[in-house]
Amino acid sequence: MQIQDAGGQLTSRTTYRLADLADYLARLVLPFLGALVLTTVVLLTVDVAPLDAYRILLFGAFSTPIRFGDMVMLASPLILCAGGLTLTFAAGLYNLGIEGQVVLGAIAAMIPLRLFPDLPPPLLWMLSFAFGAAGGTLWALLAASLRLGAGVNEIFAGLGLNFLASGIALYLILGPWRREGSASSSGTALLPRELWLPTIGSLRLAPLAPIIAIVSLVVVWWVLSRMRWGLEVRAVGLNGAAADRLGVPAVKRMAQAMAGCGLLAGLAGTLQVLGVFHQLIPNISSGVGLIGLLVVLLVLARPIWVLPVAVVFATFTVGSVQLPLTLGIDSSIAGVLQGTLVLAALVSRGLMQRRRRA
Amino acid sequence: MRQPPVRFIALLVLFALLLGACGTTPAAQPTAAPAPEATGAPPVEPTDAPAEPTAEATQPTEPPAATEAPAEEEFVFGMILVGPTNDGGWNQAHFEAAKYAEARLPGSRFIYIDKVNPADRPNVQVEQAIEELISQGAKFVITNSAEFGEGTNLAAEAHPDVYFLHASGDAVLTGSAPPNVTNLMGRMEYGKMMAGCAAALQSDAGKLAYLGPLIDPETRRLVNSTYLGAKYCWENYREQPADSLDFKVTWIGFWFNIPGVTLDPTRVATDFISEGNDVIISGIDTTEGLVEANKASAAGRTVWAVPYDYKDACAQGEDVCLGVPYFNWGPRYTEILGDAIEGRFESQWEWIGPDWNDINNPDSSMIGFIKGPGLTPENGVLLDDFISKLADGSLNLFTGPLNFQDGTVFVADGEVAEDLAIWNTPQLLEGIEGQSAP
Repeated sequence: MQIQDAGGQLTSRTTYRLADLADYLARLVLPFLGALVLTTVVLLTVDVAPLDAYRILLFGAFSTPIRFGDMVMLASPLILCAGGLTLTFAAGLYNLGIEGQVVLGAIAAMIPLRLFPDLPPPLLWMLSFAFGAAGGTLWALLAASLRLGAGVNEIFAGLGLNFLASGIALYLILGPWRREGSASSSGTALLPRELWLPTIGSLRLAPLAPIIAIVSLVVVWWVLSRMRWGLEVRAVGLNGAAADRLGVPAVKRMAQAMAGCGLLAGLAGTLQVLGVFHQLIPNISSGVGLIGLLVVLLVLARPIWVLPVAVVFATFTVGSVQLPLTLGIDSSIAGVLQGTLVLAALVSRGLMQRRRRA
Repeated sequence: MRQPPVRFIALLVLFALLLGACGTTPAAQPTAAPAPEATGAPPVEPTDAPAEPTAEATQPTEPPAATEAPAEEEFVFGMILVGPTNDGGWNQAHFEAAKYAEARLPGSRFIYIDKVNPADRPNVQVEQAIEELISQGAKFVITNSAEFGEGTNLAAEAHPDVYFLHASGDAVLTGSAPPNVTNLMGRMEYGKMMAGCAAALQSDAGKLAYLGPLIDPETRRLVNSTYLGAKYCWENYREQPADSLDFKVTWIGFWFNIPGVTLDPTRVATDFISEGNDVIISGIDTTEGLVEANKASAAGRTVWAVPYDYKDACAQGEDVCLGVPYFNWGPRYTEILGDAIEGRFESQWEWIGPDWNDINNPDSSMIGFIKGPGLTPENGVLLDDFISKLADGSLNLFTGPLNFQDGTVFVADGEVAEDLAIWNTPQLLEGIEGQSAP
């Protein structure tokens, strides 16, 4: 993209601006229109008034404080994952292992809770977040070392490690960490109530979750756009060999970007344990890593956009819970909308590039 | 510039999401099951229109609702189901019971959310689903899985003005439930004894296999009951020594198949068959055991199956079906909901047995057993004899001496197990091959 932008300088400044604006609008509006059209077709085929469905999907999550709280608790780990992924995306790495990093973070977060249940809760939470972050980081570094050391593409290393992480979680749930007298893959015993992150009133909204998520996102934005480190990471992402020749330690920067992403994923896993599920379950990530990948495919390496897009995605998901009850359609329509949104964005981006080249 | 393989990644991600989405449909859709109706009836406007039978209330039986005057206020009750409403097992039995109650309670309306489990709805917890039912006006919420105990209690604390029924739970018994929660379970132990008896009567090889869900006190006591029924009929009707009866259980890890998380029940069932077991007794919510036995039978092997939970479960393999022990939640749901409507809700722990006058009476018996077409008429007569002994109380299979797998005494010689000892069964019985998870 940078190459095309450089070519743009040849044209006059005004037309460049205009073209840029049109380009920007097209990028923003086309995907949304495309997704709306596709989803509407799906809705019409099942005989549902699309406007009703969109009203619920877009605004349902804001209709009551309870739903809003649930949306925030889903958006928080999602922001952490997507924020982390902007780091690896900037470094030109495709960290599909993020699901496993969330799971490992959750497993590691459980360790201090099980080892020292008698410590005061605030101390335990700090330990738990530290362990979770370390677990996610280690898992990401494992993928990074496979890529940088053994030449295994990080996409496949990550996918493999995802399976391994799920396997470890399942082993612990059915084995050493099972509930007393039973063995069920539904999860470990619930944590004692005093270890649940404190919530606002009777809502399930734990204020610490969005605080951690947003602070982390600001840090990501700062290091990517305001620090030399971020510049170097992006240089590595654009052309690792060239950056290396110019004195940027490319391998180190890639590993650091992966570690940073793993750390945030580990925090997301810890939030899932302490704030959302209050136990370890096999599907502890509940797919936030994958949805985070979708978010990053939309926003690319621009952390600022993570916040609104993650909130919109969480809004779809939480709103969709009402669909079966009020409209009689399955809630997976939220997934259709999210998926088509990304697909339409990719298509319009691709068309745009082809037009520019022509 | 390195072109990001964005399209490839998008494909991978979408593929992964798709996998997740398709993963947990029931292995076999019941053929006889009604087409899944639109999830949740569209809300009926509480207008002043006379109470006409709504579309979903068209039950084969005459709902008295049609003739009664409209209740001044609609009573909405909801249900949270762990699996799909058409699973041919546990969830379908609950779903149809709720429809039964709706048809018999004038002015009531039933709403539900199904498939509330981390595989089908990864971002929805039971409290959240209950919240949605309440926001749609539910004044009474039924939750139908052991896993929902804590979530039900949490929601009940947050909504003291709504009543809750946690089916299969015992929070009221243990004292951890708020006062607006009640527990209900059927004494499926009897149904499982009949299942075990039918299996032992018909087995040639004397090798019975139990397709177990997860391990907890409920599933252990049901396996034990099946074994006791099988052992009794093997010794007394077949006149074979007890030690020539093989009885094994394999646990899949959850109530139904979750790919990548549980063992695949289809695979477990085919393994049972290839190991030479000739009756598969199901303890899971879905019908893989029956389906696989039916396939093997079509391929020329002699294999029988006993499904579970739902009265029409045999429909997916009539010829190999020896019968099905099932729950009939409808009548007691109707009574409990009716009491709640009239302000007489009572928090209690109930464990209800069959109506021994007619265990298959749809309006009175909580537990039933319907003989399958696979059971020979002679064996049917013997099974009836067995059931009559259970009914008149002359036979109590939880009579000592009974030992656990590790050799410790469960019931001493000449004594009879207490209800609570059975409810909280800590181990499988001696003679059963399989994990107890003590």
